[in-house]
Amino acid sequence: MSLLLVLLLAPLVGAALVGVLPERLARRVGTLVSLGCVGVFLVMAGQFDWSRSGDDQFVTSGVWFEPLGLRFSMAADSVSMLLIGLTVLLGPICALASYTAVTERQKTYYAWLLALQTAMTGVFLARDLVLFYVFFEFTLVPMFILISLYGGSNRKHAAIKFFLYTFTGSVLTLAGLAYVALQSARATGVWAFDFESIETAARGMSFAEQKWVFFALMAGFAVKVPIFPVHTWLPLAHTEAPTAGSVVLAGVLLKLGTYGIFRFALQMTPLAAYEYAPAVAVLGIIGIVYAGLICWVQSDIKKLVAYSSVSHLGFCVIGLFALNGIGLSGSVLYMINHGLSTGALFLLIGMVYERYHTREFKKLGGLASQMPVWSTFMVFFAMASVGLPGLNGFVSEFMCLLGTFQAGGSATWTEFGMTPGRFGDASLLPGGTFGNLGPWFAAVAATGMVVTAIYILYMVGKIVWGEFRAPGHEPGHGGHAGHADHGALPRDLSRREIGILIPLAVACLWLGLYPSPVLRVLEQPVANVVQQVQQDVKSWGQGGRSEVGAGDGDRVGTVAGVEGER
Amino acid sequence: MPQAPQMSEIVAQLWPEIALFVTACLVMVVGLSKDRTVRGLCAPLCGLGLLVAGYLAITTSVPTATSLPFMAQYGKALAAGVGLLLLMLMSGTADRGLEALLGRGEAGTGSKQPGSIQPGSIQPGSIQPGPNKGSGRFEPMRSVRAEFYSFFLFSLMGLMLCSGSHDLIFLFLALELTSLPTYVMVSLSTRRDRSMEAGVKYFFLGAMGAAMFLFGFALVYGATGSTSLSEIGFVLQSRAAETGSIGPLATIGLAMSLLGVMFKIAAVPMHFYTADVYQGASSSVTAFLAFVPKSAGFFAIMLLAGCAGWTYGPGGYGTGNSLPSELRTLLWTVAVLTMTVGNVLALLQTSVKRILAYSSIAHSGYMLVGVIAGPGVASAVLGTGVGESSLASNGLAAVLFYLLTYGVMSVGTFSVIASLERQRTRRSGDGAADGLVDGLMETEEVDHIDEMRGLWKRQPLLAAVMVVCAFGLLGLPPLLGFLGKLPLFTSALGAGEITLVVILGLNSAVAACYYLRLVAVPFLDSGEPATPGLIGMVPFPSRALAGVVAAVLVIVAGLAGGMLGKEAARGGTFVPASRTMQAERSGTAQPGAMGDGLTSVEGGR
Repeated sequence: MSLLLVLLLAPLVGAALVGVLPERLARRVGTLVSLGCVGVFLVMAGQFDWSRSGDDQFVTSGVWFEPLGLRFSMAADSVSMLLIGLTVLLGPICALASYTAVTERQKTYYAWLLALQTAMTGVFLARDLVLFYVFFEFTLVPMFILISLYGGSNRKHAAIKFFLYTFTGSVLTLAGLAYVALQSARATGVWAFDFESIETAARGMSFAEQKWVFFALMAGFAVKVPIFPVHTWLPLAHTEAPTAGSVVLAGVLLKLGTYGIFRFALQMTPLAAYEYAPAVAVLGIIGIVYAGLICWVQSDIKKLVAYSSVSHLGFCVIGLFALNGIGLSGSVLYMINHGLSTGALFLLIGMVYERYHTREFKKLGGLASQMPVWSTFMVFFAMASVGLPGLNGFVSEFMCLLGTFQAGGSATWTEFGMTPGRFGDASLLPGGTFGNLGPWFAAVAATGMVVTAIYILYMVGKIVWGEFRAPGHEPGHGGHAGHADHGALPRDLSRREIGILIPLAVACLWLGLYPSPVLRVLEQPVANVVQQVQQDVKSWGQGGRSEVGAGDGDRVGTVAGVEGER
Repeated sequence: MPQAPQMSEIVAQLWPEIALFVTACLVMVVGLSKDRTVRGLCAPLCGLGLLVAGYLAITTSVPTATSLPFMAQYGKALAAGVGLLLLMLMSGTADRGLEALLGRGEAGTGSKQPGSIQPGSIQPGSIQPGPNKGSGRFEPMRSVRAEFYSFFLFSLMGLMLCSGSHDLIFLFLALELTSLPTYVMVSLSTRRDRSMEAGVKYFFLGAMGAAMFLFGFALVYGATGSTSLSEIGFVLQSRAAETGSIGPLATIGLAMSLLGVMFKIAAVPMHFYTADVYQGASSSVTAFLAFVPKSAGFFAIMLLAGCAGWTYGPGGYGTGNSLPSELRTLLWTVAVLTMTVGNVLALLQTSVKRILAYSSIAHSGYMLVGVIAGPGVASAVLGTGVGESSLASNGLAAVLFYLLTYGVMSVGTFSVIASLERQRTRRSGDGAADGLVDGLMETEEVDHIDEMRGLWKRQPLLAAVMVVCAFGLLGLPPLLGFLGKLPLFTSALGAGEITLVVILGLNSAVAACYYLRLVAVPFLDSGEPATPGLIGMVPFPSRALAGVVAAVLVIVAGLAGGMLGKEAARGGTFVPASRTMQAERSGTAQPGAMGDGLTSVEGGR
């Protein structure tokens, strides 16, 4: 119990410490506190009972605001643990990555970086709906400040756009959550916002109600992910954010959206999630392909990686809405993998930017000759991002696609749950063929992989290989990269920089070669969700799918799916 | 038939007001003293009076004879509490020039000063900068502070009376007692012409508002034959039980009254004065205007709406839990317009005070949502007991709680601009009509948003207060503003007002644009303000202290404010007149079967 609170509050205390102590200690304290959190997390992981990975452990609860029935209740299951692990791992990495990049107003910087870590940890730990929302929203403030104080030239605009987009969406989410809480209060007579009673109440709602709650929830989560039409804040925010900001943004903040979908949209409104899965998946697929194509034409490396996030999270979304074991666990795994590989790419780009003060494709090239170590890492993480077998991206991307492929489709409505998986081992996780997507969705989404390969290879080819090109260096005159601009930085990566990339690389390799321990601990929580959804949809189907014309939804979904494919 | 309360019962509820009245009289006497230190006791005395009043409010718990029996206690404690914060903000508002000079030992108690400054009788250019060395002489004409402070107390007294009104006449007088001192306070607050202009504008529009609700009160009296709120409620609801509606005359009367009171809360058709008056008054008085008349207005609105009750549905009386459809439509339209107009116009402003003025309009719109939602199902169901009033489902309790959160947060934001001043040397020709003198170092209030630039570097504490309170007003969790907004959401959903909730949510998002500016400019923009003159702190540290206290409250109460919410929930307990009605039905003759209009005058004394 106390460990959980320590993990949550240590960064906050650290932030206060940074604020009090003199400026020169700021980064040291920041790093130490975030390293300490890694330690706490490891101890916690040791105490966590992984055989009951689907159950909430380390349960902590207390009264927060009694008149509304708000409680300060927290716990962790394996999904929470994995995502917190990612958060905690990225903490010291972000702190270390900012040593040379942030030289002014360090106190503010490290204090908010730590506060951000508390907020993100809190999101994954919260077991009270309003507490979740509090942390979910509170991530905005540190990120807003990090972008608007330490970002690029257009930082203020980017920060405000980021804040407004996410705030607008999540206000609607709050309305949806409040509605469900009201249903729960009506049923039980007590106002409470804990996950269980909310979930029970939500699942008791009719399809018509679930539909609106689903839309309200998705309004906030879709912006955060971001799913296609509301993704426009992301490239701007990423481009303008400082390196560590981008890493946290891509690594963890985007996952708040997918985590929200996993925890709430699917479990609270299973009928609507099932019914509208094709529609959301179409948006996800548009995101995959469209954002991938946009990547191809970028002139700024960071923007390219930013758009690639939109594309990658499209896989995550279709995996979630496959609503089967493979898809869901692939999707959760993808959350981690994307955080690792994209975070690393942002770090690498930041390192180049610190040396050459540009991210333009036109001005950079052939860095392999000057920065061999950097180039090695770059190629490694780029391949992880493409989804090269053997690296982490491949496993989760494949699982998302497989889940989508097997996710029934309207034709299998009558036989769902009957057919064993045709590809892979569907018995690995229950519910392998349940769902409302199908081969077509998977096929179109898979073209996204090709697009990914194109733009990533294009990027690597331009930046790493070829003739050396950098500001202040005429092509062909390579060999003297060290000049005044670099300050204290060596030509290639310093030990500190290598040190922060190694853990990420190791994690990528491990998750690529031997992901089954992670998949095994995901089994239970994912199975819980799948069973819930399946059970609700089944009884709804047997009840004649009340409150909607039979089959209408399917037809609409299919039509939309076909349109998306064109 | 409910009995009109006895005089002794009424007085028993009025101890807090009596305490304030005594203090106000004392302050006026003390303020006439020759001795500057004795005159300096005005503010501490006020504070003491407010503390005593607050203590009395908390300890005397006499339910009032209205449908909201416990609102008075909450309202009085609220008035005393936020009043204390406002008092800290007020220091130096009246005659601040004199105080500043006194502080430097240059002027004030000196020899005869030609052309003392008195608002309203200013002769341009008639005043000479006299170097006055102190000889301890008293200058009654420049010593306006005592009046100012007692007006302050009178207005708060009016607010307290409002929350405990049980009668239309009582309510009218209380509302006017709240407003009349504010007209004077606005005019006195600075020596500039625009304060006078603001005062006059405020007065005339206020008079119009008062005329409107007085007219409405007259119609209500005509329709029910009583001025007692409980009797009005009783008559209206028994008529509704008979005929399905409260009748056209009562509807028009209530609608007129509500519209008139909209002036106090600055809701949309009656909001036009807000920005000008807020900008014209000095920042401390603006904070006062943003809280006191608004709260009084909401108390009145809830009491008036409570007469009709929240028991109407599509099928008429007793079939739902909303106001009669005409009143509901009226409030609904006003609420939506108020939120939207307030937020959209706030986006366009460059003056901090005008931004806050429009945001104050928007917040009134949010609170109206709570009024529309009503007390929720639990207590509105016919015949049920008072029961537990829950903050989450009772819109009235949500409004009461929101008033507290809004009061604290707006004191915080206003304290920032009230703590800043721009100093510059006056040049000839600069608005000579102000009656000020050339060549003097003079100070001006800070107002333009550019003047907040780089505040973080110069005054980190004030910048932090601004950031916390602006995020609080935005409703960002886990700050107090979020906890204020959440019950509005839940109660309105409970009343089935889903559209209204969505509009409320979207409006909160629009509001983010300008609150973010209030955060970004002081915190992020570096560089000096473009306007001439040096921006520094005013010599009244209690103003900044008010801001710090408010900011701390915004954070702490957001994390551990359960007690406050519980009190608000109790304050919002609604007892429908039908309850009394049922009890009476067996005994006395029904006053029903009365048609509408003037024929039904026989109420019940």
